[in-house]
Amino acid sequence: MFDVGLGHYLTLGAIIFTIGIAGIFLNRKNIIVILMSIELILLAVNINLVAFSSFLNELTGQIFTLFILTVAAAEAAIGLAIIVVYFRNTGTIRVEEIDKLKG
Amino acid sequence: MINLNFVYPEIFLSISLMVMLLIGVFKKESSNIVYILSIFSLIILLVLNFNLFDKREIYLFNEGFKIDFLSTFMKVLIISSGIFVMLSSSIYLKATKIFKIEYPILLLSSILGMMIMISSNDLIVFYMGLELQSLALYVLASFNRDNQLSSESGLKYFVLSALSSGLLLYGCSLIYGFSGTTNFNQISLNINEVQYGLTLGIVFILVGLSFKISAVPFHMWAPDVYAGSPTSVTMFFAILPKVAALTVFIKFLYIPFINLIDQWQIILIFLSISSMIFGAVAAIGQENLKRLMAYSSISHMGFALAGLSVGTNEGIQSSIVYVSIYLVMNLAFFSCLFMLKRNNSYFENIDDLSGLSKNHPLLSLSMMITLFSLAGIPPLAGFFAKFYIFLAVVKEEMYFLAIIGLLSTVIAAFYYLRIIKIIYFDPEKEKFDSDHNIGLKFTLIISTILILIYFVFPSSLTNVISNINIL
Repeated sequence: MFDVGLGHYLTLGAIIFTIGIAGIFLNRKNIIVILMSIELILLAVNINLVAFSSFLNELTGQIFTLFILTVAAAEAAIGLAIIVVYFRNTGTIRVEEIDKLKG
Repeated sequence: MINLNFVYPEIFLSISLMVMLLIGVFKKESSNIVYILSIFSLIILLVLNFNLFDKREIYLFNEGFKIDFLSTFMKVLIISSGIFVMLSSSIYLKATKIFKIEYPILLLSSILGMMIMISSNDLIVFYMGLELQSLALYVLASFNRDNQLSSESGLKYFVLSALSSGLLLYGCSLIYGFSGTTNFNQISLNINEVQYGLTLGIVFILVGLSFKISAVPFHMWAPDVYAGSPTSVTMFFAILPKVAALTVFIKFLYIPFINLIDQWQIILIFLSISSMIFGAVAAIGQENLKRLMAYSSISHMGFALAGLSVGTNEGIQSSIVYVSIYLVMNLAFFSCLFMLKRNNSYFENIDDLSGLSKNHPLLSLSMMITLFSLAGIPPLAGFFAKFYIFLAVVKEEMYFLAIIGLLSTVIAAFYYLRIIKIIYFDPEKEKFDSDHNIGLKFTLIISTILILIYFVFPSSLTNVISNINIL
């Protein structure tokens, strides 16, 4: 039978983390997708922390996870608010068109 | 029993900002009162912090919170510069119609986050402080919400800062996994041999932190955010988060990761060299003063990191001196920027300064002093800041770093001197308003005098900072 160990969880976390990072840099369409990618990064960290916590038989990692979940919710709320403000000013949230500041 | 005496400043700040929020909700037209109250509460906070100056190290909350000389000193720096930022920016806020109750409250909550971050001795506490600071800063960057540039800068800052927090957190999770604890002291005890996962964790944490102080190659947000945000917020961005993030840099490098100095030293030298060179070169072609200050702050942070990369107490002290003087110079420069006002609109391009000396001799004089100091010309304060860094770097025989630093100072002098040339020798333009409020004048006068007479009492600052012995 196939045993699921710490390494598998860490690999899963690393894959999700990479998808999140790639989603921020490769995405050319929509800011909402960037928001989702940020959420993915935080969730990958959570997977890592919970896996480590269970592996080490120590609770700190799971407490850390709870804090990260709350912060992620707050961050998403503020991010959406900023996107709404931006949309009201420009009428678009396409990533390519966010280029008024440059030089 | 936890001795709460040592966290009174933080408790006081959080209660006072909640009270001010209530005042703002229940009383109409209360933005003026809240603004004044928040300046007063910062002053009280400063007094409370002065009581804590002590050479002992005090641990609270399961060693998650640490009060020592470093943290108290940095808090005093942050709070006093916060007071000056608020004193000097009230007219600007009124003129740009963003004088609302939320503004001082957001400033205070980000200052609270910085204070927690500075005192933290645990990855969880550190992360909470960092997020409290950055969540308030996201909103501040996009505070002028009817302005397209401001909302765009808020959006860019949000995306990149959230990304950097994510990277930092990933590093934290690896450090936790490979050392088995989140406490800084425990981590340094648990990591004796070099493990692959630990090195990876340190790299991620350093990347996240360099985003926060905008060191090259993680600087790309700084110029856009500085240029787009309201000038008062830019002033705040240029000073307070840098001080806080530099303190966290010191804490991370010299408490949990001190045993792995061979691993991080080379990364820090790379960050420092690239920031110094890039900040100096990229600022040359800039036309917008705020954008120019962003590049200048990148290069200044490079110098501060050079002090940290040395790995001695002297290096740490020199970079704390550097950041204290950097803070005063930025206060002076941005107060000058607030004075470039004509008919309720503010000017922020280099061309607008042309011939300033004919109409405003005093303002141009203090601007010249500030720019000379930023360029590092003796006998002004900026020269001494760089001098201490070079002294510490040369003492450890890192000549390459010192030579690069000197070269980048020479390059950077070009664009500072170009502004002085434009102020003094170009054809004059229309007069600016001269009815500035007392807080703005006070900030400019105090900071200019500090820059000017620092060489008379250089030991007054270095003596205080020589109490910070981390190693």
